[in-house]
Amino acid sequence: MSATSRRRILRTEPTWLRRGLIGLALLLTFLFIVLPLAAVFIQAFDKGWAVWQAAVTEENARSAILLSLLVTGITVPLNVVFGLAAAWTIARFQFKGRNVLLTLIDIPFGVSPVVSGLIFVLVFGAQGWLGPWLGDHDIQIIFAVPGIVLATVFVTFPFVARELIPLMQSQGSDEEEAAIVLGATAWQMFRRVTLPNIKWGLLYGVVLCTARSLGEFGAVSVVSGHIRGLTNTIPLHVEILYNEYNYTAAFAVASLLSVVAVVTLLLKKVLEWKTREARV
Amino acid sequence: MFKRPGVLPGFWPAYSYSVLYLSLIVLIPLSAVFLKAATAGWPKIWQTISSPRVVAAYEVSFGASLAAAIASVVIGFVIAWALERYEFPGKSFVDALVDIPFALPTAVAGISLTSLYAPNGWLGRYLTPLGIKVAFTPLGITIALIFIGLPFVVRSVQPVMEDADHEVEEAASSLGASRWQVFRRVLFPAFRPALLTGFALAFARGLGEYGSVVFISGNLPMKTEIAPLLIIAKLEQYDYAGAAAIAVAMLVASFFLLFLINFIQGRSRRFMETKLS
Amino acid sequence: MRLTVSVILAAAFSSVLFGATPVKLLNVSYDPTRELYQDFNAAFAKYWKAKTGVDVTVNQSHGGSGAQSRSVIDGLQADVVTLGLAYDIDAIAEKAKILPANWQTRLPNNSTPYTSTIVFLVRKGNPKHIKEWADVVRDGVAVITPNPKTSGGARWSYLAAWGFGLRHNNNDDAKARAFVTKLYKNVPMLDSGARGSTTTFAQRGIGDVLLSWENEAHLALKEFGADKFEIVYPSESILAEPPVALVDKIAAKHGTTEVAKAYLNYLYSDEGQEIAARNFYRPRNEKMAAKYAGQFPKLTLFNIDQTFGGWQKAQAKHFADGGVFDQIYGAK
Repeated sequence: MSATSRRRILRTEPTWLRRGLIGLALLLTFLFIVLPLAAVFIQAFDKGWAVWQAAVTEENARSAILLSLLVTGITVPLNVVFGLAAAWTIARFQFKGRNVLLTLIDIPFGVSPVVSGLIFVLVFGAQGWLGPWLGDHDIQIIFAVPGIVLATVFVTFPFVARELIPLMQSQGSDEEEAAIVLGATAWQMFRRVTLPNIKWGLLYGVVLCTARSLGEFGAVSVVSGHIRGLTNTIPLHVEILYNEYNYTAAFAVASLLSVVAVVTLLLKKVLEWKTREARV
Repeated sequence: MFKRPGVLPGFWPAYSYSVLYLSLIVLIPLSAVFLKAATAGWPKIWQTISSPRVVAAYEVSFGASLAAAIASVVIGFVIAWALERYEFPGKSFVDALVDIPFALPTAVAGISLTSLYAPNGWLGRYLTPLGIKVAFTPLGITIALIFIGLPFVVRSVQPVMEDADHEVEEAASSLGASRWQVFRRVLFPAFRPALLTGFALAFARGLGEYGSVVFISGNLPMKTEIAPLLIIAKLEQYDYAGAAAIAVAMLVASFFLLFLINFIQGRSRRFMETKLS
Repeated sequence: MRLTVSVILAAAFSSVLFGATPVKLLNVSYDPTRELYQDFNAAFAKYWKAKTGVDVTVNQSHGGSGAQSRSVIDGLQADVVTLGLAYDIDAIAEKAKILPANWQTRLPNNSTPYTSTIVFLVRKGNPKHIKEWADVVRDGVAVITPNPKTSGGARWSYLAAWGFGLRHNNNDDAKARAFVTKLYKNVPMLDSGARGSTTTFAQRGIGDVLLSWENEAHLALKEFGADKFEIVYPSESILAEPPVALVDKIAAKHGTTEVAKAYLNYLYSDEGQEIAARNFYRPRNEKMAAKYAGQFPKLTLFNIDQTFGGWQKAQAKHFADGGVFDQIYGAK
């Protein structure tokens, strides 16, 4: 079928409706997403560029940024490996309890962040299951970096898997089966067939997982201990600044997170577009 | 379309690893909250989760999450539709913006929304004279939850729209179906499962949301107090078991909801597969 | 690389020779003391260096008093705790058993080196003419205060109102309750913490009067501008005693008992008291109290032990689940 006729049939909504829907979509995006985001930026730059810069380079802010990057650097690879394994299992095989497994993967989305922190306190806290043993061996899990990592891994757990499963399901397994039948090893199949097919989905999952682990507040707040310069992540630092009535600095640091998010998401778009162009 | 473990390698390693990691990170820690609740004993658990204040908080949480999830589905559908089917300037940028609520710390979202909708805020100052109160009312909670839930809907629907079978659509319209009929009979049924997933995820996420809501809700007992806040209040009295009991009740509700959706989807997929083959 | 090694060696060597390894303390505190301890930690580090030649870094952790106490119970490695109310330190002693139950008798003045009280913050010019607790419960006055279930400061405010109700009704409990019920009818929203309430009142412009810690009210004037708000002292209020304590077992484990004790004792020194006064906490020391008398208007202060029989009783009666606070809201 020629490209023009396809386009004509696809776009059969009358112009007024099309424009109306685009307008509505833009309005809704503006109202529900842009406006809150704009409020962050306007308040962040309320007192000018210099104040913004001072707020994000100040010592406690720097240590918070470093900690958040460290936590994200550990969290994302862990969840990528899991996401790949889970997607492979669920999208390529039929087995008993598949729906249960799928639901269990979603669970962290449905768990209140407060509870996500609480569970690690119940396990690793001084009064928890492992608390006395950890205390005897002088190992600090919660109120230290390992606890923050655990809580973050928990909260961002489903992102990569959730992204890959529907994608791999819709792609089907024909190509992979062909590769195996033609004598490829499992690793060759994965590298040459699976990975190229799921590249964008995977990248997208990584972007979301990164953004969420940088931004997680509730769960981390429960296990962090809030020690200045030591166990405060970026969102916790934002809360501290806010509670010190230092609104401009609070929004400045928050805007940093939003910038990172927007830039990564745009970067992903650009990459996607370039590759598609290169292929054509 | 689906093969039993046969040709493809790696079922057991991938399966075992998934289950192991899931158990270590999610299931074992989560079981702690169940066991903690159990230490209180059934009468105490029941008494906790059925006390009027807790029930009122459940009502607020469920009501606001439900309203927000429904609104998110409608709004998210319109946004996804425009993004996937139309061309307009700045499309990529809008597409990237949709994920912002995932990335923005929830507390920042809450503060930002409160500053918009408070009686002296940018929007609040125009709404208040009209008699519309947003901040510190259930409406405010709902708006915060729409913000949180919106990306779940858009991101669930988008891939399905992208994959939608143009041929069926074209066939329908060439057979003389009106645009509305095509939408209602052909397109919408294909999107329905994804919308349902988005709805369930937004709903489940809304039930547990704390950081963004606590700033805008006003936290009045029996009126605008959400269930996660009661967990905090219980902890404040060192009542870990009581906090765990409320948490468990919410967890069970979310789990049930998510399972139901996955079950319905699994069935409809199998149904479509058998029909196709 | 070589430089690092030699620096480490030099440090190790000098510490062997002079015992001058830098010491670290963790002070787990509640929300309103951020500015106070920022100043005090610097002063103490200087004093300790001069006295012993050892560098001491005090790390700070701040949050709601109850949440902070829970963190210590669950294993946050606090050498000292400086919390909003004795009940929260009692809980640490009772549940984690890392400091003795009689902790409050170990330092002077109930282990509270400084005190505070609950005052009113109103808008400039006091348009609603709020002078006294009785004015706060008038119809048409919107009162901002946090949720007593989640905020220590809010519990002090609640008890201050209740105490006033008792004292002006011949200790009639029912009348005090009616008074407090009326007060909460005037409350449009409850933030989860004291600082959140101040933001609601000052930044969002909601409410006619904020029930606030005295030091927080002064800080709000400083942060938001003295031209926008003013502080009103009622004729009487509650004597709020935020206590401090050494966490014996953790300090012993860290080998910091000596410096931690010195840290707390230094709060009672002239300099410690002066820093407290400069941060709008009422000093215990008479010399400093006299020096800063102008800053702290006199008012009748009743304390929690005499009026309410101590924190344990007050907590159980008013703030526990199903307690009076819950009943006030349930009855509505």
